[in-house]
Amino acid sequence: MKFEGTVIKYGDNVDTDVIIPARYLNTIDKKELASHCMEDLDTTFTSRVKEGDIMVAGENFGCGSSREHAPIAIKESGISLVIAKSFARIFYRNAINIGLAIVECPEAAEAIEEGHLVEADLDNGVLLDKTTGQSFQTAPFPPFIQTIITNGGLIASIQNGSVQ
Amino acid sequence: MGMTMTQKILAAHAGLDHVEAGQLILVNLDRVLGNDITSPVAIREFNKLGIDHVFDKDKVTMVMDHFAPNKDIKAATQCKMCRDFCNEKEVTHFYDVGQMGIEHALLPEKGLVVSGDVVIGADSHTCTYGALGAFSTGVGSTDMACGMAIGKAWFKVPSAIKFELKGKLNPYISGKDVILHIIGMIGVDGALYKSMEFVGEGVSSLSMSDRLTMTNMAIEAGAKNGIFAVDEQTLAYVAEHSDRKPVIYTADEDAVYEETYVIDLSEIQSTVAFPHLPGNTRTIDNVGDVKIDQVVIGSCTNGFYRDMEEAAAILKGKKVAKNVRAIIIPATQAIYLKAMENGLLKTFIEAGCIVSTPTCGPCLGGHMGILAAGERAVSTTNRNFVGRMGHPTSEVYLASPAVAAASAITGKITDPKEVM
Repeated sequence: MKFEGTVIKYGDNVDTDVIIPARYLNTIDKKELASHCMEDLDTTFTSRVKEGDIMVAGENFGCGSSREHAPIAIKESGISLVIAKSFARIFYRNAINIGLAIVECPEAAEAIEEGHLVEADLDNGVLLDKTTGQSFQTAPFPPFIQTIITNGGLIASIQNGSVQ
Repeated sequence: MGMTMTQKILAAHAGLDHVEAGQLILVNLDRVLGNDITSPVAIREFNKLGIDHVFDKDKVTMVMDHFAPNKDIKAATQCKMCRDFCNEKEVTHFYDVGQMGIEHALLPEKGLVVSGDVVIGADSHTCTYGALGAFSTGVGSTDMACGMAIGKAWFKVPSAIKFELKGKLNPYISGKDVILHIIGMIGVDGALYKSMEFVGEGVSSLSMSDRLTMTNMAIEAGAKNGIFAVDEQTLAYVAEHSDRKPVIYTADEDAVYEETYVIDLSEIQSTVAFPHLPGNTRTIDNVGDVKIDQVVIGSCTNGFYRDMEEAAAILKGKKVAKNVRAIIIPATQAIYLKAMENGLLKTFIEAGCIVSTPTCGPCLGGHMGILAAGERAVSTTNRNFVGRMGHPTSEVYLASPAVAAASAITGKITDPKEVM
């Protein structure tokens, strides 16, 4: 999996309540959820995000509620990849399960700045900040999780018998 | 190498003699839970699988509690989607308005979880059932969908932090103060991906509702689960609520813990989490002058009968301060009924509180007590993130029922001892 995009950057402990406020959870429509993505943290996000952009954040990204609406809203808004110093565990598994690419890399998340152009090669675990030329190595996913990712999420993995 | 309580439960449910932290395993589930917000997404994913039945109609549970009683047409549509699915799949444990309560108070009360179970729920506070000595954890809707389909979920076996409890709590101090103290100490990601295991001689002095409150908020420290050692009180609770036989798992003598904290319960003070993180705690003597507009007493964290009793003991014969709205939400119909029969509702209403039907409502800024810009609430709920209870500039201060009740009387955050 390879991605290239412009970075939108946030800080530590970005919780799922600011990613998609509960007042919008009376729908499961992906486009409607995306139209309120990040609203309580950054009112400019939905107007400036472009298809393929990369979100970079600090520690404990996606903490709080288990709402899968959060990774759904991020994915549907056009974000191709989330790089964070660390992820809250429910968000981490939700992202894998729905096929939103995520990668944990504290060094990259620290160094990469808002607006930088980043290239990510997740097969080889390499993140390249094309604005500064700095590159970062990430740890590969365990084989079981790679199976889910390469099959396009948990539902598809069960459908084709990769997870039984 | 020995195993923790959590690791033993997971090993048994994966059909393995031994598991180690970091190992990825597929685990058999005793219960799969969802609510009116997370289940609709799960149903959409479930339907993609092309399966016409759930893996076990007795082991799937849906509770209409978040935006129910339906707050608007969209919420009504989501509840209807759940209702139709459960009717069609003949799901035994579907709880609608009239039977429902806040899910994490309802499941233990209905005997749907016993010691030794593995439970997943598409709600982050599913970790509550660790109070009964079960492994339970929050997941997303896709995990719920797959759980409903195949009765299994994948887990990375967690490492653990041990909390050795000793001593006894002082008057007006409860499980909420203990868990806020712990989250303040280790931080909101202090137990990320890990189990929080509560053991020691202090456990027996904690009521079941204290324990449920503490495991409920394990997620606020980032934990995968919180779990209490099973004792006589646990077994009595399970026997009172369920016909099923509990299975007791104890940690091996040589179980490995990443860290051990000794907590002296007699040293815990009333503790308040300031905006906008549950770990942003201060003891009551360091709170300062914080005027409030609203008090909420309820939720899956503190809507238990004992919480109602503690609040009523403080509010009895007193009045809620002018310009403060006090909202009391017993977590289940049974708690509501008992509070009515024992006169607690009369106490609340005479003090100037309102008493609501069970709902998650205000906790997540859904309905039944939303805050305007700049308003402040003292709440017995579990999160105080930006915009959690309403406008993004509103503020939530997390506290125990005793502190919340005392604050309702004075109109500012108050030590319960000051009003008694």
